[in-house]
Amino acid sequence: MRRIKTPLELEALRNSLVHRRDPNKPHVRVCLGTGCRARGSLDVAEAFKDEIEKQGLEIQVECKQTGCHGFCERGPVVVIGPKDIFYQRVKPRDVPEIVSKTLLNWEVVDRLLYMDPATGQKILYEYDVPFYKRQTRRILAYNGQIDPTDILDYIAVGGYQALAKAIANMSCEKIISIVEKSGLRGLGGGGFPTGKKWRLCREAAGDVKFVVGNGDEGDPGAFSDRSLMEGNPHSILEGMIIGAYAIGANRGYLYVRAEYPLALKHLQIAINQSREYGFLGKSIFNSKFGFDIRINRGGGAFVCGESSALVASIEGKMGEPGAKYVHTVERGLWNKPTNLNNVKTWASVPMIINEGADRYAKIGTMKSKGTGVFSLVGKVNNTGLVEIPMGTPLKQIIYDIGGGILDGKRFKAVQTGGPSGGCIPERLLDLPVDFEKLTEAGSMMGSGGMIVMDNSTCMVDVARYFLDFLQNESCGKCVPCREGIKRMLEIVTDITAGRGKEEDLELLQELAETVKDFSLCGLGKTAPNTVLSTLRYFKDEYYAHVRDKKCPAGICRDLIEYSILEDKCTGCGACLKLCPQQAIDAYGLIHTIDPAKCIRCGICRDACQFGAITVK
Amino acid sequence: MITFNIDGVKVQAEEGSTILEVARFYGIDIPTLCYHDELTPYGSCRLCTVEVDDGRRTRLVTSCLYPVAEGIRVKTHTERVVKGRKLIVELLLARCPNSKILQDLASKMGLEHVRFKMEDKDCILCGLCVRMCAEQMGSGAIGFVGRGQNREVVTPFRMASEICRNCGACMYICPAVDLQCRGVKSPGELCNSCLVITPQCLEKYGQVMCALESCGACVEKEGK
Repeated sequence: MRRIKTPLELEALRNSLVHRRDPNKPHVRVCLGTGCRARGSLDVAEAFKDEIEKQGLEIQVECKQTGCHGFCERGPVVVIGPKDIFYQRVKPRDVPEIVSKTLLNWEVVDRLLYMDPATGQKILYEYDVPFYKRQTRRILAYNGQIDPTDILDYIAVGGYQALAKAIANMSCEKIISIVEKSGLRGLGGGGFPTGKKWRLCREAAGDVKFVVGNGDEGDPGAFSDRSLMEGNPHSILEGMIIGAYAIGANRGYLYVRAEYPLALKHLQIAINQSREYGFLGKSIFNSKFGFDIRINRGGGAFVCGESSALVASIEGKMGEPGAKYVHTVERGLWNKPTNLNNVKTWASVPMIINEGADRYAKIGTMKSKGTGVFSLVGKVNNTGLVEIPMGTPLKQIIYDIGGGILDGKRFKAVQTGGPSGGCIPERLLDLPVDFEKLTEAGSMMGSGGMIVMDNSTCMVDVARYFLDFLQNESCGKCVPCREGIKRMLEIVTDITAGRGKEEDLELLQELAETVKDFSLCGLGKTAPNTVLSTLRYFKDEYYAHVRDKKCPAGICRDLIEYSILEDKCTGCGACLKLCPQQAIDAYGLIHTIDPAKCIRCGICRDACQFGAITVK
Repeated sequence: MITFNIDGVKVQAEEGSTILEVARFYGIDIPTLCYHDELTPYGSCRLCTVEVDDGRRTRLVTSCLYPVAEGIRVKTHTERVVKGRKLIVELLLARCPNSKILQDLASKMGLEHVRFKMEDKDCILCGLCVRMCAEQMGSGAIGFVGRGQNREVVTPFRMASEICRNCGACMYICPAVDLQCRGVKSPGELCNSCLVITPQCLEKYGQVMCALESCGACVEKEGK
């Protein structure tokens, strides 16, 4: 029985772990986050294990399989500790070399180092890589450090100490006031003050209360919740246990997408281990407080990330939202007071308890405290998971951390907050990222997706894409959302197909505003954001589609035409062979495209090495 | 008792009642499609949306669900609200052009044409039948399936339900299917008959169903 009964026992366990672990022992940390897995990091990890075994180094070196390191663009990522040498794009065949050179002799394998494209210099250490250097990793601090399936790893870095501190030395009131003072806000995008929510829930009438962790991240292009659940599940559990203790709840639910199998697996392992050590279950730390968590898997509906739909879904009802005039803190799950927070919010709690409210509140802006976690994706050089203090300008995120736009193209817009967020144009790039500023700009914090678009993106097409997503993900309960999104999509599709009329833009604007005002839940209320923001910042693109029947970015298939530049075409025939429609003729040396046959797939343009194919 | 203000009138209501209930009690007309006195309010048609100022901010709320609170100021027919309701009726009419209840609402609101592509469906997905079956008939033989555009009311697995008693309550309560607007000649056209007929619907349009339950629009028109 490994039950930890007192804070002292926890401290003793941690000390023994720290003592037992030699800080100078060479170790490999292989990223097994989803991005790196997709690039084959499982094989790399396996190769390390085999190689270490083969060379008989099991005692001297250690191989650790960690959660997402964040720099997905350069995956599979491998860090060699304790010096933190950073290797990227590692393949299984590189492993023997790394083991015998770096792990044993601290010789660097030059070709695996990351090269800073700006300076052309190779960078040796993880903390010197610009992508990491300019981040402030707090929620994700241990994401690339610990093995998420081993509770001892988490305890060794100080895990569950906040829980011990909270239960042994703090009253519920004290915990809530610390969280209030820290200024922590709902990191799922809502931005509601967490401490206030906890207080409301604590004060709500009823002896049975619940806490819920929302891990139903469904936005295309967002993976911050996922990486946290996969990489450091215990931090979420610890936050939830502290929250439950402060609120007076005895039961917790974690609502996680079924499409996140790894997150589900790691969370379940974490819950089991936590129970084993007595952090979950009856009389935690010998107190009267008992608490347990159960995982509920979401069935793949985007709308179930909305709190009232999520609650309905846990109850076993159809996942559709209800009105929230009576807040879930008063009547939530089974009509009992329920405190629902995003997993990132829960994971911030131990940090706040450990270091105190003031230190947490030092980071961030006046109204938005702490850090925000964003999934930086799209046409940006350094795709990955980014954590920055609230109030960091967009420009810094995209250019300093993200390394600028892919292929040296020009920045056009960034969409924050997932499909319901707005597109922010270049002239607002100095906008500091916090809850209020993003909302003012017509976008939102949302789940922390950040999709960067370059000048080859058609904003009307972007609006069409997200409307299409939302049309299928609207639950269909209320009229403005169900019918309104469908009609907006219809209008926008017409515009991209060249059938748009100028009065359509007015109708689109009117429709978008009504959907925003009249929808029942957050999904509908934010669904028109892409339309409204693109109409606001990129109106000329709409005009180009409607008036001139042209797509300036060359994306909308019905409005463009491919042709071959005579002076550049060498007659090599590369395009001709690949054209699926046999639309390219080669009379003589120069090729021509038959517009009647062309389906504007763009294969010929990609095939041409001479830049002879243009889009008008 | 809770005292608050609707459209400039000071009113009193019992705690726990909704704005819609109070407004109807005081004779203020707020249009609804998915609301029924005897069923749990659902909040899906959004027509009953009103503007509420709770002292901190003004926002649009669903009056059939919003519990009255001390000191709030409710406005039931502001420009923003009326405009939105009209667009919602327009959206619904584009879906179900032959629904009499929608045609009547359109006439009442002065909606003269629909700017969207017309469909030809019957169900407005108000959920009255589902709630009727479950709450009043104690049966629950029908329910919603699907999401977004694919949402519909069906029996489980689309098979003949074993618990359906064929009581017909769902048909009785349906606002859209039973009464078809007979004034519409071709699908997509707005009836608006009540706006143009004088002096009495019945004489001129024997077939027009609105003669059975006057929307009052014709009388108003005549009065002007």
